[in-house]
Amino acid sequence: MSGPGTGGGGSVLALDGDGLDAAVRSALRTGEERPPRPGAFAMCLIFCQRALFKIRRDPQQVFDAVLFPVMVTLVFTFLFGGAIAGSTDLYLQFLLPGVVVLTVVMISMNTGVALNVAVSSGIDDRFRSMPIWRPAMLVGELLSDVVRYLMASVVAVLLGLLLGFRPHGGLLGVVAALAMVQVFAFSLAWVWTALGLVVDKPQTIMTLSGIGVFPLLFASNIFVSTHSMPGWLQAVINVNPVTRTVTAVRGLMAGDPTAWHITTAFVADAVLIAIFGPLTVYLYNRER
Amino acid sequence: MAPASDLAIETSGLVKTFGETRAVDGVDLAVRPGTVQGFLGPNGAGKTTTIRVLATLLHPDSGTARVCGHDVVREAAAVRSKVSLTGQFASVDEDLSGSDNLFVLARLLGYKPPQARARATELLSAFGLEEQADVLVKNFSGGLRRRLDVAASLVVRPDVLFLDEPTTGLDPVSRSRVWAVVRAIVDTGTTVVLTTQYLEEADQLADRIAVIDRGRIIADGTSDELKASVGSNALRVRLRDPAQRGIAVRVLERELGPDGEITADTSRRGHSPGVQPPGPPGGRTAAGPSDAGHDGTNNGGREGGPHNGDPAALSMRVTDGGDGKGVERATRALAELTREGVALADFTFERPSLDEVFLALTGHHAETRGKAGRKGRAADPQGGRDGS
Ligand SMILES: Nc1ncnc2c1ncn2[C@@H]1O[C@H](COP(=O)(O)OP(=O)(O)OP(=O)(O)O)[C@@H](O)[C@H]1O
Ligand SMILES: [Mg+2]
Repeated sequence: MSGPGTGGGGSVLALDGDGLDAAVRSALRTGEERPPRPGAFAMCLIFCQRALFKIRRDPQQVFDAVLFPVMVTLVFTFLFGGAIAGSTDLYLQFLLPGVVVLTVVMISMNTGVALNVAVSSGIDDRFRSMPIWRPAMLVGELLSDVVRYLMASVVAVLLGLLLGFRPHGGLLGVVAALAMVQVFAFSLAWVWTALGLVVDKPQTIMTLSGIGVFPLLFASNIFVSTHSMPGWLQAVINVNPVTRTVTAVRGLMAGDPTAWHITTAFVADAVLIAIFGPLTVYLYNRER
Repeated sequence: MAPASDLAIETSGLVKTFGETRAVDGVDLAVRPGTVQGFLGPNGAGKTTTIRVLATLLHPDSGTARVCGHDVVREAAAVRSKVSLTGQFASVDEDLSGSDNLFVLARLLGYKPPQARARATELLSAFGLEEQADVLVKNFSGGLRRRLDVAASLVVRPDVLFLDEPTTGLDPVSRSRVWAVVRAIVDTGTTVVLTTQYLEEADQLADRIAVIDRGRIIADGTSDELKASVGSNALRVRLRDPAQRGIAVRVLERELGPDGEITADTSRRGHSPGVQPPGPPGGRTAAGPSDAGHDGTNNGGREGGPHNGDPAALSMRVTDGGDGKGVERATRALAELTREGVALADFTFERPSLDEVFLALTGHHAETRGKAGRKGRAADPQGGRDGS
């Protein structure tokens, strides 16, 4: 650890003189300039760009994120597809829209982890002592995650097409469906950000969100349709925001969307943001 | 420029508690613009907490604090537009490159993308970090990271810069590099608030030093005032022949009398390896100046090793006794040593070290709660030198 540090010490010594001091002074003089401050939304975009720098550095993480849904698709389609829907091909038509949603739900948990890491390091102190719109960091992180959701969900759809998924909604239907998926993931991410701000270490979020996310996924209509279930279970599943989104996405991809399904999906999104948005901002602004 | 008050920082009765812990317990400060205010205190003294309150990150439980004339609670936004914070733990982004870190900050402060990138490049080269422009910060060494951290606070020149232990854990070369930067920053008119556990660092950089212990300021003044308040100087002699130690002790005790308390020179210098080096040797070194000059790069071996318990070294406390006659008594003592045939290799007459000030003020050494960090740092340059 100290090896490379003091190894560089030689060059530091060489620089240690009036020349470097003059450079510091001159750089400080340039710093007298105070350009006009960006607006709140522009700041969000800057934070978004900052997060994207990290994805650019490490694109692997997006592919890691689609690995799980890919396996789910393959396993469910080929092992249970026939039993559930009569044929693997029919089941794939049913399952794939759900897998897209599943993919972004899994990725959205990372947002909480990223935020937890960010606030527990000194960089957050720096941002909070700067003249910037406080929620900009949060919103920027969430916006950058939309880019990741989009990449992952496109990969999921492409895989489906390869296996024989034929969306009757056409390109327009798929694009509209993907848009709904992004909005849903953005809304759901606020749940994890709130969680990320109350727990003390990243592993805890993984554990807690893992516990929370599986009922959310299995008590939904991702894998099976609700028709054959008892009434009370149907009621539970129907208020699950995942169900609302999956139903709307299925409709859009299949080319038979209904206004009711789309509206209720958006209502579910709005409810998530209305509860967890202010909660997250409150937790973030609170003294730490 | 300074609105309501002429002071850069003004606090009164500042209190911040965490549960039972009174981390900041009634701090009063007045920092003039363009000066360096040092905060000197051991671990857990409340230095970081004070800085976090001043940088608007924590709300005080009671008392008030104004920075650049703005109240840190009611006018937090105004304060934030005037200050920069370099936190105790790296306040740069591990997963970004050096250049991207500065780019993002420049963008947030209003630079357009091309200008932001140019500003990043300018700062990187000013701080000797050109080669690290595209290296992820997590691969930086401690010294480079710290420099980037300071550079990140200067994208726009702040009126007040908070530096929380900027050199803890750095080797002497990196440390003096950071010191040079701090001096350059102050020259441009920025007020610097600097916390440190190193007496030497406060002595070197700070115009005024607040000694803080358990959330309270137990002394505040210039380095000279603090030392004078202790009221005693130290006469250190090194004998050519350790065998003469017995005579030397007898002569010194006789000459410096009841006031001149002898401290066998073991702990004293071992405790404060950095009081003289690596800056100017304080002007009072009567002999062995080359020795003192080397000290900055060399003290690990000299202080840590054979010097401890060195039978040839003696240190005397010479109190002023209120009459300012300390210097005369010391001169007479030296003359007596020579007359009795004791050959000296070297002697110094020094104001007390800040460590002695700390001891006098608190009854314990400054190091008692920060020992591990000090030891680690002292060992570091040695290892590094051998390795390279
Ligand atoms: N967020 C916190 N919650 C609870 N206690 C805290 C918190 N921050 C600081 N403290 C406590 O307040 C006291 C002062 O801490 P502070 O970090 O200000 O000391 P310091 O002088 O900066 O020490 P160091 O040299 O170790 O950085 C300590 O006892 C510390 O444990
Ligand atoms: Mg601290």
